[in-house]
Order: sequence, then structure tokens, then C-alpha cells
Amino acid sequence: MKIQFLYWTECPSHPEAWQRLQRALADVGVQAEIERIEITTDEEAERWKFPGSPTILVDGRDIDPAGAGMPSRLTCRLYHLENGRPSPVPSETMIRRALEAAADSA
Amino acid sequence: MLEIGQKGPDFTLPGVDGAEHSLADLLARHQAVVVIFSCNHCPYVRAWGDRMMAIQRDYAERGVALVAINPNDAVKYPEDDFESMKKRAAERGFNFLYLRDESQEVARAYGATHTPHVFLLDSTGTLRYRGAIDDNYSDPDAVEFSYLRDALDAVLAGRDPERTVTDAVGCTVKWK
Repeated sequence: MKIQFLYWTECPSHPEAWQRLQRALADVGVQAEIERIEITTDEEAERWKFPGSPTILVDGRDIDPAGAGMPSRLTCRLYHLENGRPSPVPSETMIRRALEAAADSA
Repeated sequence: MLEIGQKGPDFTLPGVDGAEHSLADLLARHQAVVVIFSCNHCPYVRAWGDRMMAIQRDYAERGVALVAINPNDAVKYPEDDFESMKKRAAERGFNFLYLRDESQEVARAYGATHTPHVFLLDSTGTLRYRGAIDDNYSDPDAVEFSYLRDALDAVLAGRDPERTVTDAVGCTVKWK
């Protein structure tokens, strides 16, 4: 499994997202190659189709497909938690489900 | 950045309600004015949005006005333009003023760096607290320190807030 963790340092949510990713990986118990990719310019955001920080791709698929279509740009990314609350960080459940789906389809 | 003890710079800005609002007028009618630099698109603002409305609701009778000011560049962030602000305020039923700082001069005068970024002014327009709304953007039930509410309680009781400055947590202001 390949995971790409894309982030922009001006948005403070990426350390928390990184911790949640680590916990979700431990929960699911899969081996994964993780690539951390810092996005620093509008051009990089466009090239990576980066809708905001953080963005997590599992085998090339966004863990939150609903938000993946937002314009590419340097900003904090909006997620919606299972209880409907807006959040700058994806929930551990969202990450875990994406990991499980990728593991099942492997 | 505006420091504790300094006077908040006056402003006159258009609101989503179709009226112009000035700080001087707000101060003349309230015991305290909470200026929060804010916007539409930032997930931190959205995460704290219900709490901003709750604060306005809970403190309105005690003479507090909460004023959100959106200074973001609407060219790169079109959902922060004035029309989108009007739409969001209507959809969410904002009970506080929501003003547009198109020139970004007000945000610069206050030294706002983030959305949300709180500046609590007392009835004389003096800055008494600056920073975050509370210590937990993600979970209102897990808040340990309600910085803004605590500061409001102190100021309305004629005391100095225990905490006068905290770190603003959120999206950076999108400068032009």
C-alpha cells in the first residue's frame, strides 16, 4: 500500500492529521510506504490537484473523495466528521475506512 | 499587532445586512465589542462557528456585540467574496454582524494574522484580550479553557482577564 501525505505548513492541522494517520495504520495493521509531500506554491498545488492541507492519498485515492474536487490551492482543507461537524482534520475513522478499503481491494 | 491596553482602530465597513457599521457606533451602544477576523472558507472558522453564535446569544443581554470581519482576498478565495458572505450568513442564521474588509486595511491595522483571530475591546475601545476563542477547535465538549468567555466575564465584571493573550489558531489571513 502506498500513502501520500500532502501538506502545507501554513495550515496548522497537518501534525494532528499525521498522528491520526499513524494511529489508523496501527489499528488496521497494514504495511504501507508513506511519502510526505510538502506543497509550497500554487503551481505545486495545481500539479498535485491539492484541495487543501492536509490531503491523504491511499494508493492514489483521496480518503475523502467528496472534497477532492475542490479547487487546487494553498489553504486549509475542510472535512466533515461523522457527526456532521466541520473540521480541518480528517477523523481517524475516515482514514481507517480508506485504509481498509485499499487493503480489501489489494 | 494591536497590544493589550491599546485602543482598537476605528473602522466603518459594509455588513451582510446591507448597512455600514462603525466601531465607534458599536462602542457607544455596548459594554464590550468582540472583533473576530473571520471568513467563509476556513475550516477552523467553521469548526468554531456555532460557538461564535452561542457567545453572541449568551452575552447579548449583557451588552456585548460580536463582529466578524472578513478580510480575505476573494480573487484567490472566491467563496470569501461579499455575495458568498451574505449567502453563508443567511444559511447559517448568523446572529452577529458579518462585515467585509475588502481593502484589508482593518485587518492590517489590528495586526490580524489568522481566521479566526479574536480582539476583545471594552467599552472604551481598549484591547483586553487577543487570541483564540477557546482551546479546542475540534470538540466543543472537550474545551478546558474558554478564553473568550472567561475574558468577557472578567471585563464585564470590571476585572482584568486572567489570560490576556493566547495564540490564534486557524487559517492565515489571505493577503492580496
